[in-house]
Amino acid sequence: MYGLGIIKGLGVTLKHFFMTFWDDLMRFLKGNRYYTRKGVAYRMSSEVRGIFTIQYPEEKLALPEEFRYTPFLVYIEKEDGGKEFRCTSCGICAKVCPPQCIWIVRTTDPNTGRPIPSPAEFYIDIDICMNCGLCAEFCPFDAIKMDHNFELSVYNRHEKDILNKEALAKPVSYYASIRPTNYAREQSARAEAESAKLAKKAQP
Amino acid sequence: MSDQILTPEKTPLEARFQGAVLRDERKGYQGFIIKAENLVEIATYIRDEMGYDFLSSVTGVDYLPEGKMEVVYHVYKTTGGSLFNFKVQTLRNNPVVPSLVPVWPGANFQEREAWDLLGIHFEGHPDLRRILMWEGFEGHPLRKDWREAYFEDEGKPYKSRWPEGHVKRVEDANPLNDNVDYPAGFDPEKWTPVGETALYAGFGQLDNLEDETGLEVDNIVINLGPQHPSTHGVFRMVARLEGETVMDLKPVMGYLHRNHEKIGERNTFLQNMPYTDRLDYFCSMTSNWGYALAVEKLMGIKVPERAEYIRVMMAELTRINNHVANIGFLLNDLGAYFTPILYCFEERELILDIFEAVAGSRMMCNYFRFGGVVRDLPEGILEKIRQLVYERFPRKIDELDTYLTNNEIIRHRTEGVGVLTPQQAIANSAVGPLLRASGVPYDIRRADPYGIYDRLDFDVAVRYHGDVFDRYIIRLDEIRQSIRILQQVVKEIPDGPIQEGKPQYQARVPAGESYGRVEGPKGELGYYIISNGKPNPWRYHVRAPSFINLTALTDMCKGNKIADAVCILGSIDIVLGEVDR
Repeated sequence: MYGLGIIKGLGVTLKHFFMTFWDDLMRFLKGNRYYTRKGVAYRMSSEVRGIFTIQYPEEKLALPEEFRYTPFLVYIEKEDGGKEFRCTSCGICAKVCPPQCIWIVRTTDPNTGRPIPSPAEFYIDIDICMNCGLCAEFCPFDAIKMDHNFELSVYNRHEKDILNKEALAKPVSYYASIRPTNYAREQSARAEAESAKLAKKAQP
Repeated sequence: MSDQILTPEKTPLEARFQGAVLRDERKGYQGFIIKAENLVEIATYIRDEMGYDFLSSVTGVDYLPEGKMEVVYHVYKTTGGSLFNFKVQTLRNNPVVPSLVPVWPGANFQEREAWDLLGIHFEGHPDLRRILMWEGFEGHPLRKDWREAYFEDEGKPYKSRWPEGHVKRVEDANPLNDNVDYPAGFDPEKWTPVGETALYAGFGQLDNLEDETGLEVDNIVINLGPQHPSTHGVFRMVARLEGETVMDLKPVMGYLHRNHEKIGERNTFLQNMPYTDRLDYFCSMTSNWGYALAVEKLMGIKVPERAEYIRVMMAELTRINNHVANIGFLLNDLGAYFTPILYCFEERELILDIFEAVAGSRMMCNYFRFGGVVRDLPEGILEKIRQLVYERFPRKIDELDTYLTNNEIIRHRTEGVGVLTPQQAIANSAVGPLLRASGVPYDIRRADPYGIYDRLDFDVAVRYHGDVFDRYIIRLDEIRQSIRILQQVVKEIPDGPIQEGKPQYQARVPAGESYGRVEGPKGELGYYIISNGKPNPWRYHVRAPSFINLTALTDMCKGNKIADAVCILGSIDIVLGEVDR
């Protein structure tokens, strides 16, 4: 029959229409409706049949651990409140950066003039950063990592486009909170290397 | 693996054209160097007698130290098989090469591109105008001695970044008034675009024509785009119309041109990887793969088994992602505004969530490395993919099928519209679904397998009418085949390492040339790379499927109504990031 295809097609739309309300009702009864963590997780799963959308900014998509946005510098909190950066200013991140947005000034000893493994200045031009994650991937000291915070809008472009060392610094605890699996893996590798070093030292 | 042609003492080609065909004996190179004056004759022989009917890529290389320009041709057989490439050399200060458009019309845009970016003049080309840069642009940007506005050094990494990296903004380094290089005597205020005149002149006489009944008619020229919702980006079609019928049509592009290849030649090999994401931002995984293949060929490294499976998994998910999105957009072009596409985007969303969890980003994946992939699949992802390919996708694709395929309006609008015959498709170097919908079962995954595709069980989808409807339906077929591949892959994926050797940020690439190509969702995506042993590639060329597929657009649109030109363009499936590069 002519027009049957259209009718069948409209049936699909109609099914979607009713499914939306049915799904909504079921979610209401199960208690995982809007604005709940469970509700967001349900709407991100492959079981969802009705509404797919997330009510941003009231709701936010759950970010996977590997999600990357802009880089930050990891520091260790010292007991006196100081910051000990893991960065040794080796320059690998600056060399590997595809758009060349990382600028590092190495510290030099004022007396001897020899380099000290710590950055004097560290800048990332966020306007240019392409969020590729190569810096974090190739950093041998786990000193630069990719952040999860993607809400960076400001009223004036030059307000926050070039981030310096202070603006980039985030504590290890923050890193552990956004990437627990990676953090645990790196910590165990670190501990292993440390004990191997000690064992080597113990041997005369 | 190797594309080396097994050559006895003398191939028939060398025997037939003695003295005009020389073997390319540079280290790491292959193929033949042909004398320019015999080029057309020999190319015809290669096409007709040797059976290499499909011209994959044409590009130029600037050998500045030797004072030479070289044009490289990559040809294949549509019946399958490996590469045959040949080159023509010419002097750098006056590069002239005969055009191969009469032999392979698919060379049309590619030769224009080589003229535009490298300044190689193709004698006998029917329409040798700039294609990506604007008329009035000074110089040819891919020449090795051409420098961009923010030029800092010949190659990255720049020395100013470390260890004395005192930051400065790019715009401060080069204030705006210093950026533009005009030709001598050029006044932007008084300039009228020469190219536009040439473009319109190409349509010939428009007034006082006679139609078949002897009635006097005028033709009109209209512009669709560059700002037009139906052109999927900044793309422009200039059509000559008689009434509503398209008599001739010329695509105009380059509005999104950013000289990707020049950036690629400044970058180190690894640094190019995230840039390939930005070519076809719908399918960054396959863009990554093509580039990784080309460089792996040069480096001569093998990829571990698990990484190969992950690669196939990601590439096939990308294909589903691209095809559902394309079907949705095609329906938008047909006037079914945004209901079908949002149904399609649900599936796309689930795939992008997987990419985000695996690669860290939804679209700019940057997931492949030379000799493997960045990281192993995070926990739970395999289970998620399994659920999708066994439960959700088959059901949803069937639903899409019932929803759209037999809809009478869609069939009326698409059947018999924009027909591309197999001969036209091959001649115009059409690739991907466009070629296969015209009845040519050419799929690189089968014709010239890479990765582990030779071990996987799937069919090459093919349809025979070559119209918009077949291009729609073939995408559904391909999604079904991709689901089939994914079902095998998630079942068989082995454990093991995902990266050959230690990850290195400085890839050591031996000197030579290589051409790596993959069957992307939009068709054959090829990368032609020349290394001279330094950290940066000497030449980095992208054979972009959606760019070259546009060559066939004119043939498909002629004789159709102007309203159909929109859906014909939609059925090619272009992404402007890749067209304009």
